[in-house]
Amino acid sequence: MAATQEEIVSGLAEIVNEIAGIPAEDVKLEKSFTDDLDVDSLSMVEVVVAAEEKFGVKIPDDDVKNLKTVGDATDYILKNQD
Amino acid sequence: MTAKIKPAQGSPYARILGVGGYRPTRVVPNEEILKHIDSSDEWIRSRSGIATRHWAGPDETVAEMTLEAAGKAVADAGITAAQVGAVIISTVSHFKQTPAIATEIADRMGAGKAAAFDINAGCAGFGYGLTLAKGLVVEGSAEYVLVVGAERLSDLTDLTDRSTAFLFGDGAGAVIVGPSDEPAIGPSVWGSEGDKRDVISQTVPWDDYRVGDVSQLPVDEKTGELRFPALRQEGQTVFRWAVFEMAKVAQQALDAAGIAAEDLDVFIPHQANMRIIDSMVKTLKLPEHVTVARDVETTGNTSAASIPLAMERLLATGKAKSGDTALVIGFGAGLVYAATVVTLP
Repeated sequence: MAATQEEIVSGLAEIVNEIAGIPAEDVKLEKSFTDDLDVDSLSMVEVVVAAEEKFGVKIPDDDVKNLKTVGDATDYILKNQD
Repeated sequence: MTAKIKPAQGSPYARILGVGGYRPTRVVPNEEILKHIDSSDEWIRSRSGIATRHWAGPDETVAEMTLEAAGKAVADAGITAAQVGAVIISTVSHFKQTPAIATEIADRMGAGKAAAFDINAGCAGFGYGLTLAKGLVVEGSAEYVLVVGAERLSDLTDLTDRSTAFLFGDGAGAVIVGPSDEPAIGPSVWGSEGDKRDVISQTVPWDDYRVGDVSQLPVDEKTGELRFPALRQEGQTVFRWAVFEMAKVAQQALDAAGIAAEDLDVFIPHQANMRIIDSMVKTLKLPEHVTVARDVETTGNTSAASIPLAMERLLATGKAKSGDTALVIGFGAGLVYAATVVTLP
């Protein structure tokens, strides 16, 4: 069953916490991965791969660069999940 | 009538009998790289884990570094150079392509008329060479084979590219592969993904300097003169492939050798980047007792030389010991990869 926006944000928060050690409560829609959450380009790849597994989506490298904020990633997953 | 051809007599199995390495004398800290790029020591360390690398001087050519490493590997194996029956050298940074540098090495090291040839398999070159060497020993075309990865990647580094200027180092690592009564080199899981050939590559082909559009060639910003091509890569794509796809290949190599992660002593991945190494260890779920090679911190990425250099250092520092079971995996430009499980010499 498709995840809701709320479920996706909390799932991303868990992933970001696991990979970058950022407190889950800091992960909000408007936050930028690199500027606000200190997720660098390599950690972003790990976040993306973990999100692919968790939400059953494919996020090609070419699309990763457009996912600047948690909201961008959430929208992408909402649109592309099975 | 078909005449009967007598086959060669090989050894039942092959093993790595000795290892040797050569690191150039000049150590280059991140501070020196920072003269060329707008970055910081902290940024370089956090993205790559690299603190220093060795860069070769004018006399530390690919040939000289190879001879040093080869001599140590021969001595470590307890054989003489004259017993070496084949010389395989993997390099992408020896700029006189013909003849193969392996012939010069065979001659100068005292391997006489040993078969000698070069291979180009980027950062998987050591694994490719090891696979060939094992085949030669088992099939019987050579009793002892020298396999060397040797690179002067500083010659192919664009010091103004802030994503790669700090990555590369120079050096040579060598092993002797010879006969064994027991299996000591597992099945190779190797291959290529040529659809990703543009992900890591030389910026321009050499013949562009002769027939290409000169305005498209790299130029030294200070002198305005044409300079060498450089290595470039799509960092995020390489990282994703290296960590997640190569972890699968590494697991396949363990499975093919019938070795469980619990039975593994040492993990020696290609020393590309500490972040790749750390993520691979995590993805593979390697147990804590497994010693992981982290030579990249002080050696940088030396392409085909990185695995034998790391192996030599682990053994020399006592972090690994002779007889340990090690998983080795190389991956790089091609894209190509090669993984296998070996018994350390």
